[in-house]
Amino acid sequence: MPFDPEIWQITSLSLQVSTAATVISLLIGLPFGTWLALGNFRGRSFILSLINTGMALPPVVVGLVVAMSLWRSGPLGDLRLIYTPAAIIIAQTIIAAPVVTGLTAAALAALDPRLQQQLLGLGASRGQMVWYLWREARLPLLAALMAGFGSVISEVGASMMVGGNIRGQTRVLTTAIVLETSKGEFGQALALSTLLLVLTYLINLALTWIQQKGRKADWSQSIPERGQSAPRK
Amino acid sequence: MIQIRDLLIQRNGLDALRVDFLDIQRGETLTVVGPNGAGKSTLLLALARLLKPSRGDILYENKSLKRWDELDYRRRISFVFQSPLLMDMSVEQNVALGLKFRGIPKAETRRRVWKWMQQLGVESLSKRRAGQLSGGEAQRVSLARAFVLEPELLLLDEPFAALDPPTHARLLEDLSALLERDHRTAVFVTHNLNEASKVSHRIAVFVGGVLRQVGTAKQIKSKPADETVAAFLHEMPQ
Repeated sequence: MPFDPEIWQITSLSLQVSTAATVISLLIGLPFGTWLALGNFRGRSFILSLINTGMALPPVVVGLVVAMSLWRSGPLGDLRLIYTPAAIIIAQTIIAAPVVTGLTAAALAALDPRLQQQLLGLGASRGQMVWYLWREARLPLLAALMAGFGSVISEVGASMMVGGNIRGQTRVLTTAIVLETSKGEFGQALALSTLLLVLTYLINLALTWIQQKGRKADWSQSIPERGQSAPRK
Repeated sequence: MIQIRDLLIQRNGLDALRVDFLDIQRGETLTVVGPNGAGKSTLLLALARLLKPSRGDILYENKSLKRWDELDYRRRISFVFQSPLLMDMSVEQNVALGLKFRGIPKAETRRRVWKWMQQLGVESLSKRRAGQLSGGEAQRVSLARAFVLEPELLLLDEPFAALDPPTHARLLEDLSALLERDHRTAVFVTHNLNEASKVSHRIAVFVGGVLRQVGTAKQIKSKPADETVAAFLHEMPQ
């Protein structure tokens, strides 16, 4: 099985669509979450509550809505995207974007609000201020990225509904697991599940390593006592 | 250098600051004193253009802050908060931050950063991360980060309030010497009149969000402008 070209194709497609969906979610969620965290406007709490609800969107509901939109007779039917990898990317983006947005907003809201004023008070432009706030919140932002990727690599409902689980075209690891289980091929299903788990683990291991690397650097040096100053409050 | 005229700042629908008339001269250190909630920090935020007036105006170099390009104006000033608010990076990088914002060349940045780290006695900590500093060290870095910009106007919001008395006294002495040496225009907020008299040329007393009196420590102590100022002086630690 490890050398079965079909398995590699399925694994490669899973990684491609989920990575694409995560990257698009990041491009949407990072600025949108920042706007929600730093903005002060009417309706902000309402939008945040919608985003928080969106973080728990059931993939089958997303799959249904996307399938209806991309169906031939649907409003976006002319694009002929139903049962294509692009349709899976769209559905997965809808699942991951609220996760990235919500966690980005939470990460930035957790920073000291005076940090914005301090950066502006040092002469930062608005863009520089946002960049340095992202930098300051980089560890929770990386967690947002991990959560976004985790939410899409593991979902099956939306991929099945909008991708159709077509062999060689839209079959991804999760839909393949469902198919093998429905055929009673539990050994095959278990092998695919293990592959999915290992892949997810390796990707998260890499992201966690990056996350922890920054944290470790903070404490890698000894802290000699100078004695003349009080501990930081 | 700065003229404040008929200024009203509202926050959350309430009057937070009212100043009918206040001038700050170039090279002067004006200390702003008052009890908690007196509007001292609001004044600094307004001077930094981080709060917009509901009424009235602040003029900088005879030009309303509304007419200044926001970034151009903010890059002429520097702000030090009560909390050092250092970024999660090394001391050297923290001190260089404002210069980086301004696109100052690397060699020039390095020269100025080292000069000011030495002036504030933190050069031995240059590679240390901000999270590893004590309170006094962090506030020295915060001061170096503000002074390195060589700002036209330095705004200091109770920068030593959270420090222990010996560190507080030492830093106040160093700050006073730097302001005096460079003739830098500064507005220094504190709630301690004795501290104010050590640093500043003139003192502005705020009570209840209103500017009550401006003068030297001696003038204020001997002739409080009204009962609120007298009450503040009475309650103030000696």
